[in-house]
Amino acid sequence: MPTNPDSSLKILVIDENPIRRAIIETGLAEAGFTAVTVLANTTRLIDHIYKLDPDVVLIDLENPSRDVLEQMFQVSRVVRRPIAMFVDKSDKSEIEAAIEAGVSAYIVDGLKKERVKPILETTMTRFRAFTRLQAELEEVKGALKERKIIEKAKGILMRRRGLDEEKAYELLRTTAMSQGRRIADVAQALVSSADLLGD
Amino acid sequence: MVDAANGSAGIKPRDVHVGFMPLTDCAPLVVASELGFDRRHGLNLVLHREVSWANIRDKLGVGNFDCAHMLAPMPVAAALGLGRASDLIVAPMALSLNGNAITVSHRLYAEMLAADEAATRAGGMSAARAVARVVRARQQQGREPLTLGIVYPFSCHNYDLRYWLAAAGIDPDNDVNLIVVPPPLSVDALRTGRVDGVCVGQPWNSVAVSGGEGVIVATKNELWAMSPEKVLGVREEWAAKNPALVADLVRALVTACRWLDEPENRREAAGILARSEYVGIPEPILAGPLTGALTRGGGQAPIADPDLVVFHRGFANFPWHSHALWMLTQMIRWGQVSEPFDLKALTERVFRTDLYRDAVAGLDVPVPASDAKREGGEADGRFFGAESFDPAAPLAYLAGLSIRNSGTDLAAFAPFNP
Repeated sequence: MPTNPDSSLKILVIDENPIRRAIIETGLAEAGFTAVTVLANTTRLIDHIYKLDPDVVLIDLENPSRDVLEQMFQVSRVVRRPIAMFVDKSDKSEIEAAIEAGVSAYIVDGLKKERVKPILETTMTRFRAFTRLQAELEEVKGALKERKIIEKAKGILMRRRGLDEEKAYELLRTTAMSQGRRIADVAQALVSSADLLGD
Repeated sequence: MVDAANGSAGIKPRDVHVGFMPLTDCAPLVVASELGFDRRHGLNLVLHREVSWANIRDKLGVGNFDCAHMLAPMPVAAALGLGRASDLIVAPMALSLNGNAITVSHRLYAEMLAADEAATRAGGMSAARAVARVVRARQQQGREPLTLGIVYPFSCHNYDLRYWLAAAGIDPDNDVNLIVVPPPLSVDALRTGRVDGVCVGQPWNSVAVSGGEGVIVATKNELWAMSPEKVLGVREEWAAKNPALVADLVRALVTACRWLDEPENRREAAGILARSEYVGIPEPILAGPLTGALTRGGGQAPIADPDLVVFHRGFANFPWHSHALWMLTQMIRWGQVSEPFDLKALTERVFRTDLYRDAVAGLDVPVPASDAKREGGEADGRFFGAESFDPAAPLAYLAGLSIRNSGTDLAAFAPFNP
């Protein structure tokens, strides 16, 4: 159980993506940070921040409301409490790593770097994991689509050329090889032509 | 050295990564890429659409971008270490003048009409007088103060809106709530009443009007004619390492800006910008203000003004030291910076008139004789009503502004600014 005194650090995660939000929340909980609030909707963001009074705010870089947080650097009627929030003033490579991962952090002034580091590390790891997951998902979707196209092309060849399934695939494969193309691309071309010819 | 393309035939043009925000005034970057002004000058612009100015700053800062579409005060703020710490960013050219407007909700517009119909209908600087009456009435009645939106703390939107309010006697830090509203969310904020008005760049004012969510009460050109808005930002270090590339980049963009300022090209530009990878707003909404025809809503007559947004004429691409200096005075005025420093030295380091002059020397592009100019005066109403700004005396100008942050000691600036 979290004996880490930093479990008391109040963290606000702003992310409109529900899956990534859950991944980050779980990640932070596993790392022992329990005072985590997640926010999907960014209307009245400044109000939320004042009510919550977080030590660390994490926001994804696809969120236009990032500019709302820039207001936290200012002192004004709306920003009533003169808190100076800054983004990790640490070295450039850390900022670079965060941008690469797709996240930005705003940290209450005065908070020690060592206390913030594990939060940033966890978040960046989770962001990267999400990006990987998304890329894999896209790949699987693409592979499924390709398999369907190849099946369709085989069907056309079987009907029009009277080939059996194995021969139809063989023909696609040798055509692809002789043209230096992928089987899926040859299949796609065949399906498109067949569509045009009203097959 | 008339055209870099002569020397670069057959050589693959170098990729230059540029970040932009989906606003009408990203046009020079988009047009340079779409119409090939970049390749004609030996480079290949790779455009990256962004969602926040903070992203633009950070990605330019760490080198993901080589250059970026920036709010003119952003490089100035970076040099002062305001906001997030960043490398020094310099502006070798300006990308556009004017282009913003102040749009209010129908509810505030009705209150303004009731408070001072003539001033409201006159628009521009006059409209602020009606807002001032609304502000005072709300104070007397104990009602919530008005909430007004800007797009970023270091923006001309912020300084123009504050100037407009202060000119009518409103203290923007105490009489109203000023909040940041990202441009794509501004129309929704007007509709739901989360803000009573916004100062935002096009096309968002026109999107609000066309959707019946707001009324345009002032254009930037009405507040300050031919006033600074967007610049090209590059890292100082990158500019120092790549002088030839910076010159080619400036020439390519100046050529694009010149093309954009031909009235017959504006409609074509609207068609290009309408595409989803750029601004992604229907062409008719973009075309109105681009061609000088602004529908204001609220039953007002449309405005016909060819200077609603200016990309080239009137030395629009020249990064005036006096423009940067004015932005510094506003940062001091509103307490964004209070530590004294040498204003002139900073403007000269950030707004690089030398890079601009060198780059356009071989092009048929006029340049001003001086790096600074006076604004307003002569009661011509071109600079926030009858006000004036003398770049030779910024501290005296600041001292003459009646509404400003009281925490700043102007006397402390004097030794740094003889």
